[in-house]
Amino acid sequence: MTESSVVTKKRPSIRIRVEPRLQEPPAWYPAVVSLGAIIVALILGGVLISFAGGDPIKSYQHIAKASFGDIGVISDTIVKATPIILAALACSVAFRMKLWNIGAEGQFIMGAFGASAIVLAPVLPAETSRWIFIPVMMVAGMASGALWGFIPGYLKAKFNVNEIISTLMLNYVAVAWVNFWIFGVWTEGGFQMSPKFPANANLPRLLEYAKTYPAFRGLTTHLGLLIGIVAAVILWFIIFRSRWGYEIRLIGDNPHAAKYAGINITKNIIWVMMLSGALAGLGGMSEVTGVVHRLQTAPIAAGYGFTGIIVAWLAKLNPLVIIVASILFGALILAGREIQPSGVPKMIQGIILVCLIASDFLLRYRIVVERGEE
Amino acid sequence: MANQTSSSPSPSRESPLIVEMRGIVKRFPGVLANDHVNFELKRGEIHGLLGENGAGKSTLMNVLAGLYRQEAGTILVNGEPKVFSSPRDAIKSGIGMVHQHFMLVPSQTVTENILLGLDDPRFFMRLPDYDSKIAELGEKFGLKVDPRAKIWQLSVGEQQRVEILKMLYRGVDVLIMDEPTAVLAPQEIEGLFETLRTMIASGKSVIFISHKLQEVSAIADRVSVLRKGVATATGVASKGVSRQELARLMVGRDVIFALDKKPSQPGEVVLDVRDIYSDNDKGLPALRGLSLNVRAGEIVGVAGVAGNGQSELSQVISGMRECKKGQVILGGDEVSNHSTLFGIQHGMAYVPEDRTHVGSAPNLSITDNVIMKKYRKPPILKNGLLDMKAATKLANELKQAYDIVVPNVSTPVRLLSGGNLQRVILAREISGLPAFMVAVQPTRGLDVGAIEGVHRLLLAQREAGAAVLLVSEELEELLSLSDRVYVIYEGKIMGEVMVVSGEPDEGLVDTIGQMMTGTPLAQIEKEGAAAHD
Repeated sequence: MTESSVVTKKRPSIRIRVEPRLQEPPAWYPAVVSLGAIIVALILGGVLISFAGGDPIKSYQHIAKASFGDIGVISDTIVKATPIILAALACSVAFRMKLWNIGAEGQFIMGAFGASAIVLAPVLPAETSRWIFIPVMMVAGMASGALWGFIPGYLKAKFNVNEIISTLMLNYVAVAWVNFWIFGVWTEGGFQMSPKFPANANLPRLLEYAKTYPAFRGLTTHLGLLIGIVAAVILWFIIFRSRWGYEIRLIGDNPHAAKYAGINITKNIIWVMMLSGALAGLGGMSEVTGVVHRLQTAPIAAGYGFTGIIVAWLAKLNPLVIIVASILFGALILAGREIQPSGVPKMIQGIILVCLIASDFLLRYRIVVERGEE
Repeated sequence: MANQTSSSPSPSRESPLIVEMRGIVKRFPGVLANDHVNFELKRGEIHGLLGENGAGKSTLMNVLAGLYRQEAGTILVNGEPKVFSSPRDAIKSGIGMVHQHFMLVPSQTVTENILLGLDDPRFFMRLPDYDSKIAELGEKFGLKVDPRAKIWQLSVGEQQRVEILKMLYRGVDVLIMDEPTAVLAPQEIEGLFETLRTMIASGKSVIFISHKLQEVSAIADRVSVLRKGVATATGVASKGVSRQELARLMVGRDVIFALDKKPSQPGEVVLDVRDIYSDNDKGLPALRGLSLNVRAGEIVGVAGVAGNGQSELSQVISGMRECKKGQVILGGDEVSNHSTLFGIQHGMAYVPEDRTHVGSAPNLSITDNVIMKKYRKPPILKNGLLDMKAATKLANELKQAYDIVVPNVSTPVRLLSGGNLQRVILAREISGLPAFMVAVQPTRGLDVGAIEGVHRLLLAQREAGAAVLLVSEELEELLSLSDRVYVIYEGKIMGEVMVVSGEPDEGLVDTIGQMMTGTPLAQIEKEGAAAHD
């Protein structure tokens, strides 16, 4: 088209513009963008590694080998990912309703405490069958986490107490609470840890079946993985197919519209915080009975609740994507320790995060390159 | 009404064009907002810029005011080409715009607001000096406003005057007014027109953006019309063109002004509002002893200037706001001070004023939005889970029946145009087969075609035997749809008038206008009787 009457700057030009998307991108697009972001992050990380005097290719090879290199390390990666899955699910359901529960950490710790109390109080005798122990401990863990979610939920619903502050503070209370019990009551000879749980109070691990399946030798993957996956699937159904989930999504997107549709927001705040707490508590139960095998603060309060916040966001609050994102994070944590205790691996984690979050921009906007003719 | 505009001087001096825009092109994602538009403004005229919503009027003027940059085309001011990269540049060239939404700081005084962003009082604010300057300027142009008053103390009309003063203080010669009458009462509109005429008399030029035909033909000397980003008329003398012709230029086809409305056959009282009191968001009394009723098979209008308790009334009825005293009875049950859900279960539909913040969930799909009041019951609820297939089917049926123009129903509603979003909301509310419906400003911001569609839907409700309460600021709309009209003023009903035919008569409009500004009907009738004696 000739536009002779148009007067603009007369030079051949390439202009790059950013436009908001008016149509949803196709379904495959977000996945491709995320993958691209990870690749960009690895390239940037590589540059930094070479600045630090390392060989980026070798470092990455090492990271890959250390997290996915053989069946043994894959199993370790999965063990690391398991608590993150449940913590991230906990965060995602609260975030879906725009409840900023950053207390998954405390709820996780309380879940571990509640599950441990079944053994340590003791509620059930040590020789109880594993198939009674596990469900009872799961319920106890979820109930304790739910209680830790109920407190800020109730305060938010009734008195509009800022849940960011209350959940954050309750994290410290949870640590102090568990410390009190393991120092004073359930201490193992004065050390700050409880006695080891009896074997039938622990979640079954793959290595226990090594006699029948030799391939499972040394694999520490435990039943918690299955619990996490089942929880994710159930949560997906709750959010996207149930009446309650619809209400959660509606409140999260527009509380005014939810009120207009006749939804009781107050009640939902409390219930969602309890669900969130229960999921985190289940994570704590899984970690204490699947990995630690005793109540002890340090390995339980290792920041899974905080990692869960990040993973929930990376997965865009989608329960099924959380499983994949958690495994990625499990790998990063594991491999990071392999190359350096701190520093470069943490930095690479950070770069990946920033790139993934920044790539969100491409989902909302599109970049248009124009070749000017005039 | 159109013959009052003879006060402006004849615009024929040596350089008659103060602004000239040639071949302006402006694109937004997916929309060509301005497609080679030409526009010219003569010195000392009021130029009406007419078009439906989304026709590109505001875009064109935002280009002229330096807010947007055109992709092609030139702007000439006094014959010289200009490039504006910010509103500041435009003001320097003497062009200023008063936006639809005012940009004022509520806690500061008029003077402080006018001085904001200027270099003149450099460090010490000797406000009294400036106060008198501004008072003088206001005097000159007939813009009376107390310079020491805080913005929050002023009425909307007065705030608009402050915005105009802001531009005049900066010495603009060309004033662009974007939909200035949208927020004003009829009396205030007349006052604004008076001001604009005074400004013209002292040599300023005005561009008056509107989608209201009668206003443009009342105030403008010449008219330009935009339709879908294209100028369909440029600088036509407003006297030489009829309203029907302008309407055709705007929408591209004849608009039906008269709706075919069957005579009403009102049944039993469905909604009975008895002496209710309620507070607004700031905790100030908004409703003070308001009573009204709506019967089955009739549309009852509530007229009034914005902010006289209309929003609060609809919120109390729907259960979204606390009713401090009095009762709202719906079909024999008290619904006031119950949950919103209670009203929904008693057959109440509610088309809220605020479509994006109350009426819909922007990031959820059309499907999710249309099941908002139906998800608690079959067929959407099945075995405790939502049947998404049934929901999608429902959404597709509504899309078809209500003419919602989107590729598919999984589109988030934030991507819909105003008209389509309103159709989604109406589809949801009407498809519940309500016994009673309250619709607040259902056509605000919609274009002529969409307005007509909404009107037809409301009339269909009336014919189906529903009771409809229509709250609107458009008198014409109320008079063409309603069977009765209540007039609300400061939270009270000033009076109730019957609308017999679709043809509004002058006397009725006059009576309503007086009630809208606070004269009770009884008093008007007494005075009328006295005048007859």
